[in-house]
Amino acid sequence: MGQNFRLANLGLINRDKKISFKFNGKKYFGFEGDTIASALLANGIHLVGRSFKYHRPRGFFGAGVDEPYAIVQMVRNKETEPNVRATEQELFEGLDAKSVNCWPSVNFDIGAINNFFNKFLPAGFYYKTFMWPKSFWYRVYEPFIRKAAGFGVASTKYDSERYEHKYEYCDLLITGSGPAGLAGAYTAAKSGARIILAEEKPRFGGSLLTSDVNIGNQSGKDWADKIIAELKEMPNVTIKNRAQVFGYYDHNMLVMSEKVSDHLPKSKKFTPKQRLWYVRAKEVLISSGSIERPIVFGNNDTPGVVLASAAKEYLKVYGVLVGKKPLVFTNNDSAYETAIEFKKYGIDVIVLDTRINPKSEIIEEAKDLGIEIKFSHVVVAANGYKKVKSAQISKLSDNKKDLGKIEIIKCDCICVSGFWTPTIHLSSQSGNKTKFDEKIDAFVPGTSKQNETTIGSANGIFNLEETLKKSFEKGQELAKKITNNDLKISVPQVSEKKSTNHDKFWCVPLPDKKNYKRFLDFQNDVTVSDIELALREGYRSIEHVKRYTTLGMATDQGKTSNLNGLQLVSDVENKVVPSVGHTTFRPPYTPVSIGAIVGREVGKHSKPTRKSPMHSWHEKNNAIFVDAGIWLRPRYYKKGNEDLFEASKREAENVRKNVGVCDVTTLGKIDIKGPDAAEFLNRVYTNAWLKLPVGKARYGVMLREDGIVMDDGTTTRISENHYHMTTTTAQAANVLSHLEYYLQLVWPDLNVNVVSTTEQWAGAAIAGPKSRDLLQKLFPDLDTSNDGLPFMGYVESKLFGVTAKIFRISFSGELAYEVNVESDNGNYMWEKIMDIGKEFKIQPYGTEALSTLRIEMGHVAGTELDGRTIPYDNGLDGLVSKNKDFIGKRSLNRKAFIATNRQKVVGVVPLDKKTSIPEGSHLVVDENAKLPNPKLGHISASCWSVEYNNPFSLAILKDGKNMIGKKLFALSPLKNKSIPVEIVSSHYVDPKGERVRS
Amino acid sequence: MLYIFCPHCGLRSQNEFSYGGDATVKRPALNKEVSDEQWNNFVYNRKSPRGKHVELWQHISGCRQWIKVQRDTVTHEIFKTVEANKEI
Ligand SMILES: [Zn+2]
Repeated sequence: MGQNFRLANLGLINRDKKISFKFNGKKYFGFEGDTIASALLANGIHLVGRSFKYHRPRGFFGAGVDEPYAIVQMVRNKETEPNVRATEQELFEGLDAKSVNCWPSVNFDIGAINNFFNKFLPAGFYYKTFMWPKSFWYRVYEPFIRKAAGFGVASTKYDSERYEHKYEYCDLLITGSGPAGLAGAYTAAKSGARIILAEEKPRFGGSLLTSDVNIGNQSGKDWADKIIAELKEMPNVTIKNRAQVFGYYDHNMLVMSEKVSDHLPKSKKFTPKQRLWYVRAKEVLISSGSIERPIVFGNNDTPGVVLASAAKEYLKVYGVLVGKKPLVFTNNDSAYETAIEFKKYGIDVIVLDTRINPKSEIIEEAKDLGIEIKFSHVVVAANGYKKVKSAQISKLSDNKKDLGKIEIIKCDCICVSGFWTPTIHLSSQSGNKTKFDEKIDAFVPGTSKQNETTIGSANGIFNLEETLKKSFEKGQELAKKITNNDLKISVPQVSEKKSTNHDKFWCVPLPDKKNYKRFLDFQNDVTVSDIELALREGYRSIEHVKRYTTLGMATDQGKTSNLNGLQLVSDVENKVVPSVGHTTFRPPYTPVSIGAIVGREVGKHSKPTRKSPMHSWHEKNNAIFVDAGIWLRPRYYKKGNEDLFEASKREAENVRKNVGVCDVTTLGKIDIKGPDAAEFLNRVYTNAWLKLPVGKARYGVMLREDGIVMDDGTTTRISENHYHMTTTTAQAANVLSHLEYYLQLVWPDLNVNVVSTTEQWAGAAIAGPKSRDLLQKLFPDLDTSNDGLPFMGYVESKLFGVTAKIFRISFSGELAYEVNVESDNGNYMWEKIMDIGKEFKIQPYGTEALSTLRIEMGHVAGTELDGRTIPYDNGLDGLVSKNKDFIGKRSLNRKAFIATNRQKVVGVVPLDKKTSIPEGSHLVVDENAKLPNPKLGHISASCWSVEYNNPFSLAILKDGKNMIGKKLFALSPLKNKSIPVEIVSSHYVDPKGERVRS
Repeated sequence: MLYIFCPHCGLRSQNEFSYGGDATVKRPALNKEVSDEQWNNFVYNRKSPRGKHVELWQHISGCRQWIKVQRDTVTHEIFKTVEANKEI
C-alpha cells in the first residue's frame, strides 16, 4: 500500500528523502520530517492501539503533546522504548514501532471483551472490586491489572545512551515559538537581553505554520522563518527546538528536556540522546499556546475522530489527509480553517456548527467556497468500530437540550473542535492563582507570582493582531527592565480573518434509549457516566473525583479532557466552573525519561569516588576494596585462594605477632588554629583540654547538644596555638560544620580558625610489637624509646628527606604509630614502609582486620557510636569532665540517661566458642519466649578473635554493667539462628592496656 | 530550587547550601544554671510557622559561612539574608 493519503507538493517534509519504517511488523514508507503518526496516516493507517480499560480500538486524536491515544513501543538502536507518543516521534530510517495495550494483536484484542462487559468496569472499579480476599491481591488481581492495564514495557537492559545535564542562566526564557513567543523574543533580543527560546516541536513558528494569515507583506510562516533566521545570528540568543520546558520551580528555576537525538536512528558520538536544562531566568515569557478541546459525543473515541486543528496540521505540515470524506463538527470559527483547507485541495467537506446562525468573515469565505454548512447541528455518535464509517447527526433545539430526528451521513473522519484551552501549566506551577475567563470558558493566568508573564493564546488571546501587539510590548517592557534599553519595535501590519463568538456547548445529549459511551479522558477511558457515578456516590472535590475516576491522570495529564470534566462536574452540581476549580498542575508538563533526570550520574559517576594516594599500590597488591562513604578502602589483601575470613585473620594475626600497616588516609583531619583553640576544644570535647602540652595527643569524645555521642578521635597539640584534630571517616564533614556552627554563631568571640586538611595528608598506621623497630629504621635520627616518644606523643621528623608527622596512637591496641606525610608523598612513604618492613615480616592490613583488632580490644566505633548512645553506654563516662561545661553536658542528667540499669557496651562470646554471632542479633533471656520476645540489647559488631581463636562480639546491652557472666541467647531471625552466649567484658584482649604503652 | 543570596558570595543555588533550622534559638550560656524546661526548649522544641521564618543555612559548597535567611515557608520567598553575626 502506498501513501494514498499524501497530497503532492504540500507540507514542510523533505520529499527527497524517503524513509522506510515498520509498524506492527509491516513495512511502510514516509518522508524525512514525518512523525510516526503523519507517516501512518499518509498510509491510511488509523488503528494504532487499544484503550486502557475497555481495549477499544484507538487512532490518532491530536498532532502533538496533547495526543491521548497514540502511544507506541519503539525500537531505536536495538533498545526498546516504552510510551513513545507517535504524534511527536519523528521518523528515522529503520524505526520499528508496535501497538501497546493489545494482545495478541491490535486487530484482534482479547481484552476488548472488557468493552462488552463494561458495566463491570465503572468508575472506582478497582477500588470496589479488588478488595477481598486479601490473598487475591498478589495472586489474581495485581497480575490481572498489570497485564490488562498499563502501556509500554520498560527495557530490562542497561541503558547505553548518554544523557546530559546543563545549568544555564539567562535574562529571559521564552517557552514556545509561536507568534507571541517570536515577537517577545525578537524585541528582547534586539534590546540586548540574553535570551533562551525553547520550542517543543522540531519546527519553529507554532500556529503560524498552519494558519492562513499575513504579517507585514509576507505569510505568517515566512515571517516566522525570517525572525528565527535573524535570532539565530545573534550572540545573545540561544534557540532550542525539540525542547520542552516542563516545570516551573521556585525562584524562577525552570527545567527543560531537550530531545537531542531521539529523531535520529542512533545518537552521534559524544552527543547525548537527551539533555536536561536547569535554567535560572530573570524573567520568563510563557508563550506555550493553547490546545483545542473536543466536543463530547457518542463513540467519540472511534479512530477517525480527530481534533480539527490536528487535521489542519497533518494537511499543512505533512501534506496528509486524515480522511477523504471529512466531517467538521464545531462550536466556533477556528474549525472553518480546517474545512477551507480541505476544500482548497479538492476534498468535499461538510461542517456541522452548533451555533444557531453565526456570522463572520471566515464563515462567509467557507460559504463562498461552496462548503456545505449545517447550523444548529451536532454529531450524536460516530459509527464504525475500527474506523469511522459514518456519523449520526441531528438538529439541535435552540435551548441546546433536545435532539431532532437522527440522520446518518457517510464520512471517514470527524474533525471536532470545542474551542481552545490556554496551556497554563507553567503559569500555574509558578504559583500563579489562575482565574476563570467566562468569555473563553477556560482558566487563564491571574496575577504573576514569580517573574512570569503569559502572552498570546496561553493568556486567552486568540487573535493574532492583539497577540503580536501585546507580545512586542511585553518583550520591550521586560527587556527594558533587564537591560535598561528602551527599544521600540514597530508592530507589523496583520491581516487575518475576523471571527465571532464561540458557543458554550460542549457535550451532545444522548438520544432516547441509547447508551453510547461518551469519553472525556481518552487515555484513561473515563466517560461521562463515570463522572456522573462518582458524583452520585458523593465525591465532591474535583481532586477526589480525579483520583476516583482517574480523569486526567494519564501520561497526557488530561490536556484535552480536564476542562470538559470540570464542565460536567459543574453542570451536574449546578455550580459554575470557577467554583468547582481545577486540579493542581504539577510538573512535568509532558513525560520526562528517567535517563534525562539521572543524566550522567550513572554507574561509577553516580557519586564521586575518593581514593587515597596509595590506591594504585593497593590495587597492584590484590586489595579487595570496600566503600567507606565515598572513599574506597582496602578491605583485605588477597593471597592465593584466600577468602575474606582467611585473609583478614592472617592480616590481624600478623599485627598481633609482628607488624602491619594500614592506610588511614581517609580519617577526617581538621586544622585548628588561634589563641582560643584550647578553650574551644575544651568546650567541644567532654574531657579536659586546657592543659594538654605541646607535642602530645589526647583522645576526645564530642557530643551533640542532646547528649548523644557525635564523634571521637585524637587531637594533637602541634604548637601553642595549633591543633591537629582527627575525626572518623564517616563524620568528617559533619564535625567540620559542627565546629563552624559554634565558632560563627554561638561563640564568635573565640579567636579560632578551622579548616579541613583531610586531603592534604596521607596516613599510614604501623601497628604491632615490632613497630618500634621498624620506626627506628624509617627514622634513624629519631629517639623512638618509650621516653623519647611515649604513648600519645607526637614528633616531626624526616622520612628519607620527606617531612613526616609521627603520632604514637593506637586503634588496634598494639604498640602503634601513625605516620602522616603530605599527600603527594603518600606512595613514597608507603613503599618505604613496605620495603624496610620486610625484615620485620610486615604485611598490609585492610579494614576487616582493622575491625577485628578494635573489636577484640573493646574500642567503640561507628556501630556503637550509632547516634543513639551516650558516653556511659560506650564505657566512655570516665572521659566526661565534672569540672567544666561543654556541648551537650546539660542533657546528660536527663532521667533516662542517669538510670541505674542504663544500657552499656559488653563483650559476647558464644558458649560453643565456634558459632559466629550475626551482627544485629537480639540478646534475650529465653529463646522460646512468646513473641515479641523482650529484647535486652543487640550485637553491634562481630569478629573472629585472633588472640583467642574464637568468635567475639560487642553488644549494647541493658544494664550491661551488671550482666557480666550472665548467659543469654543471641537470636537472629534473619539468619534463623539462636546462639547460647555468655556476657563478658568488652575489653577482651589486654584489658589493662599494657601493650600500647610498652 | 531556591536561589539564596549569600552575603559573602552573592546569589547561589540551593544545592550549595545545607539547612540549619531556626535561627532565633539562642544557646544558653556555658556554666549557666538552666531549668529542664529551658534546656528542652533549646534542644528540642521548635515552632513550625506558616509564613515568615528566620533560619540558618550554611554555604557548605562555597564560603562555608553560616548565614541567616528570612524565608516564607509557604511561598519560599526569601526576603532578606544576613551574615551570621547580624540580626534580621
Ligand atoms: Zn558564601
